[in-house]
Amino acid sequence: MQMSFRELVTALHGMGFGAFFLLAFSGALFELYRVCASNGSPELRSRGLKPLRAYLIAMCALGWAAVLSGAYVVYPWYRAHPPVGFTDYAEYPQRRLLSSPTTAGWHDFGMEWKEHVAWFAPIAMTMVAYVFIKYGPDLARHRRVRYAVFVFAAAAFASAGVAGILGALINKNAPVQGGATVILMEKAK
Amino acid sequence: MNAGQPGPEDASGASIPNGAAAAAILSAGAGCFSLGVCAWLADAFKSSAHFFIFYGPTGPLSGVTTTGILIWLVSWGILSRAWRGKSVPMGIINTISILLLATGLLLTFPPFGDLLQGR
Repeated sequence: MQMSFRELVTALHGMGFGAFFLLAFSGALFELYRVCASNGSPELRSRGLKPLRAYLIAMCALGWAAVLSGAYVVYPWYRAHPPVGFTDYAEYPQRRLLSSPTTAGWHDFGMEWKEHVAWFAPIAMTMVAYVFIKYGPDLARHRRVRYAVFVFAAAAFASAGVAGILGALINKNAPVQGGATVILMEKAK
Repeated sequence: MNAGQPGPEDASGASIPNGAAAAAILSAGAGCFSLGVCAWLADAFKSSAHFFIFYGPTGPLSGVTTTGILIWLVSWGILSRAWRGKSVPMGIINTISILLLATGLLLTFPPFGDLLQGR
């Protein structure tokens, strides 16, 4: 069982950072709702909100890791230009997609949207985490702040979802590959 | 913006003024909006695309996102200082922030960007 180095890093970007960031939304939204609905109850205050704070910080770290690894590690491999006269686009996904009118849309629409919209997610979730950490159970008493926090959290989820789905589909049509071979598992003799 | 002294936002009596939250929310909206505007500019004009190349291998995306993030963080810092310990009208802040967020999102959507460019 082996992968190329670029495939491995791309998997870490999308299925590691990105997927875990998306998965974390259900827990974060449920916990935020629970804290807001508690109306700052003494029980919640005494139990402390450290685990949820740590959860939100970890979630933000995953979001930032996903966009930064995507933009500065995987994307340069995706958009690399082949040498003049080179027609084997196996290691040049953007060129490969643009070489046919049936696949060009994956770049012109898919990647063009994904590469920008993805950044809304960590920006919005950083704000959500900050407001939650700053206000804690008092958020229950700030109705309008709470409303904005949930709108931004929903926008972050939608943005991350769009980026994740488009990323998976683009990589299915023109996978990022190349680099050294990494052997993940060898069959026992 | 009419920022006042510490005070409750609603009848239940909030113990912390909403200034810090308002600064974070409005600056997040501003950051998303500026990211959308920069993305559209880089797509619409070759000179803008060239300007936004902060890191060659990543191309204009590097400058578009760095500029958006800088505007977000700088505006957050300025608003935080201005609204520290104060309560501000959250209804207006929310409306502006959500409009900025929605416009930013719309500007990143390629068919909308193309429409604005008359393509």
